[in-house]
Amino acid sequence: MLNSFIINGKDDVVTVTEPIQKGAQVSFELGQEIVSIPAVTDIPKYHKMAIHPVKKHDVVLKYGEVIGRATQDIQVGEHVHTQNLEDLPREEG
Amino acid sequence: MTFMGYRRDDGRVGVRNHVVVMPGVLCGEVAARKITEQVEGTTFLYNQNGCGQNPKDLAVTLDILTGLIANGNVYGVLVVGLGCEFLRKDDYEKAIREKTGKPFYYLCIQEEGGIARTVKKGAEIARKMVEDAAKCKREEVELSELTLGLECGGSDPTSGFSSNTVLGRVTDSIIEAGGSAIMSETAEAIGAEHIMRARGKTPAIGEKLYNAIVNWERDWFEESGENIRESNPSPGNKEGGLTTLAEKSLGCIHKSGKYPFDDCYEYGKIIDKKGLFFINATSYDVVNTVALVAAGAQVVAFTTGRGNPIGNPIAPVIKITGNHDAAEWLEDFIDFDTSASITGEKSFAELGQELLNFTLDICSGKKTKAEINGACEMGINQNYSYA
Repeated sequence: MLNSFIINGKDDVVTVTEPIQKGAQVSFELGQEIVSIPAVTDIPKYHKMAIHPVKKHDVVLKYGEVIGRATQDIQVGEHVHTQNLEDLPREEG
Repeated sequence: MTFMGYRRDDGRVGVRNHVVVMPGVLCGEVAARKITEQVEGTTFLYNQNGCGQNPKDLAVTLDILTGLIANGNVYGVLVVGLGCEFLRKDDYEKAIREKTGKPFYYLCIQEEGGIARTVKKGAEIARKMVEDAAKCKREEVELSELTLGLECGGSDPTSGFSSNTVLGRVTDSIIEAGGSAIMSETAEAIGAEHIMRARGKTPAIGEKLYNAIVNWERDWFEESGENIRESNPSPGNKEGGLTTLAEKSLGCIHKSGKYPFDDCYEYGKIIDKKGLFFINATSYDVVNTVALVAAGAQVVAFTTGRGNPIGNPIAPVIKITGNHDAAEWLEDFIDFDTSASITGEKSFAELGQELLNFTLDICSGKKTKAEINGACEMGINQNYSYA
């Protein structure tokens, strides 16, 4: 049962459409397939979950565009939010 | 496609028929308000300004107030001044007459001799205007006569992938029909300035948009010493799931649809051309909604995820959300729910058509929930504090 979606095929995150508990399967359509990834943290409704591993300081894509950079390493299945993602600073933006 | 609108003598079209009474300076507020309390069918327009201001702020105040008066939604205006303020009768008359020939009356409390005399005379003037305004009838007008204001407030992630995307389809339809749409909230394009540059109809317009956005952030930072990327998104945006300003901005711009931007205007200027435009202005929702209407938008489409009930004194403000929980929990001020795009029950094309039809109904006289609630917030941005 689908409980998340990806906006652009290049995205590093999906958006969950219901509250997700740690350990639950998060499923989304990618092209013709359905992909399932276990959440490694709780994820509130409409928040983001990483579907690729991201290294600290790497950029994170949503809408196929850069939405920020990781402030620490992010695992697949992890909640992506203010604890591990920040805007690129003004000078670089 | 058409809607039922009021054709004014100056050629503009309105979707409402307001008889406005306003203080020319805040000190005239009690008299102006009492007139609207006595005369049914009048609309009070709050004005915090008119005196003690820097010339730049006086100019912006006059631009915004007279822009609102010139809007096709307004039949005519009675301005109630005090007598000693910076913004005088001549200033109002000149600025209004540069924009429109519609009915304009002015009373001055110090000349009339107090509150009661001003209110008595003002009520006579207002009553006559209401009688005359009632003779205006709606007629069928083309969609090309519509200017749609586009606003985001209380955004959450659903704004970026549902409500703004659906609204973008409406924007596309209006542009295709030869009408206009206006987007603003400069700070909420930070992170998407490269996309905005590419959306300029010409490279010069693209640069204008790009510079407006990067300069806004620089000027705000220099003035306040704060980092705008820390204060925006707001705490509420973040609780809802928006993490960075870039993420919020990338979602915000979807409401502008797919067509190029025809120009970038400064805050306070009337847009009398057709097309898709950007106004360089604050993201503070009330002030920005007023800016869109002062520029000529007869109706504002306002997407929200967390929920924001604001309206406008002279224009209908339609509340649209992609968050179904918000649509139900806050149903007494949400007009339209686009969450069917997330469940897959409806396509963006279907929802876009439904929202367009809903917008045309609102234009033709159906009231928004903000109007039913009596929401009529007013605000004008200022560069400096009062002297």
